[in-house]
Amino acid sequence: MIVIFGIFLLTLLVITAIAIVRTDNLFVAVMLMGIASLLIAGNFFLLDAADVALTEAAVGAGISTVLFLSALALTSERERARSSNKILSFTVVTAAAMILIYATFDKPRFGDPEAPAQTHVAPWYLEKTPEYIDIPNVVTAVLGSFRGYDTLGEVFVVLTAGIGVLFLLGSGAPLGSLPQEQVNEGLRHHLIPRVIGRVLIPFILLFGLYVQFHGEYGPGGGFQAGAIIAAGIILFALLEGEQRALSVLPARVLLGLMAFGPLLYGAVGIAGIVLGGNFLDYSVLSSDPVKGQQLGILLIEAGVGITVTGVLLGIFHAFAARGR
Amino acid sequence: MTTLLDILSWVLLTLGGLSVLVGGIGALRMPDLYTRMHAASVTDSMGAILILVGIMLQAGWSLATIKLLAVLLFLLLTSPTSSNALASAALLAGTRPSGEQHKINDEGEE
Repeated sequence: MIVIFGIFLLTLLVITAIAIVRTDNLFVAVMLMGIASLLIAGNFFLLDAADVALTEAAVGAGISTVLFLSALALTSERERARSSNKILSFTVVTAAAMILIYATFDKPRFGDPEAPAQTHVAPWYLEKTPEYIDIPNVVTAVLGSFRGYDTLGEVFVVLTAGIGVLFLLGSGAPLGSLPQEQVNEGLRHHLIPRVIGRVLIPFILLFGLYVQFHGEYGPGGGFQAGAIIAAGIILFALLEGEQRALSVLPARVLLGLMAFGPLLYGAVGIAGIVLGGNFLDYSVLSSDPVKGQQLGILLIEAGVGITVTGVLLGIFHAFAARGR
Repeated sequence: MTTLLDILSWVLLTLGGLSVLVGGIGALRMPDLYTRMHAASVTDSMGAILILVGIMLQAGWSLATIKLLAVLLFLLLTSPTSSNALASAALLAGTRPSGEQHKINDEGEE
């Protein structure tokens, strides 16, 4: 049954991908990409990868759609007609597809218990998580503790992406210099979205915090929570005007948040060394190693969430500032 | 009792599926944006309510039911709002209902 659902979703995904390639209206393409993200998130969920599904839905279908739309506001809605060599691109695409399809022949079959992913380190993680960390969500244990270096790297990738976008777009003109009429008012004249938005935004933020701090017990964690919280604040910015959002969380605070996350993460790692363990070894953070692991994961997840929120909001405001 | 709940839940799920189907057909067949949105709103309202209540009956008294209730509330708040935003954006962008004879004054959405 699950296989049928999976094939159905993947078929829809292929149809969506073809539609994205064929449309020359960029607005439509952005919307279709949101749908594609949602479809692949559904597929991840079918494969029991709830954490990845949540990330894909929050980032792919939510935030990136908004960021693409902000980028579209700066450019034209239509794709420029291309005069490139169609035969050449067709050959390249066909060759790449052939190679990819050939590569799938070596892959283990779906659900194969002998697949390398099932036999390598995964059984060890599943076996040792209750003993070392004692949290139900093994994904969080792997992400936060066993593979803490990888996640630290990811946080720095997110930070680097934020810095890169801010370098390219600038962090915005000084705000006081704009005449008041030009200030983006958002949807302030539209009563219904505003009222509903006001009702929903606190709950979105609350849900973000739930996803953040419930990550040890269920699907969730810093990446997803950061995206959800950023989405809530972007919704506020869209409804009430970007200026109001910036007065709540000024650009300088956002820059601070971006840098604070990796700093917190790194500090937890250094604290491990100072207290006599290895870098990112949380066991020494508390007298009880298991408690120490849980504390460490909580702290580094907070760092991840703070960075992701800061970077996504920074990128959003950078785009919005260009539009002014 | 469980059989009764099962039957009720399957009836709700089937009706919900039908609503989604009707909404889908309507969204494809209707002549212009506003009537299409009208058809699609069947999916948002009836479809969502029936399917979610159907699943709630399957879930019984558990945390899942509370979560489904939260999802339902969220959908009931957001989907009319997004429909409203979509329709008013379309109207502002100059999309007119296809059957319309009289002129709508420029002021507005109402």
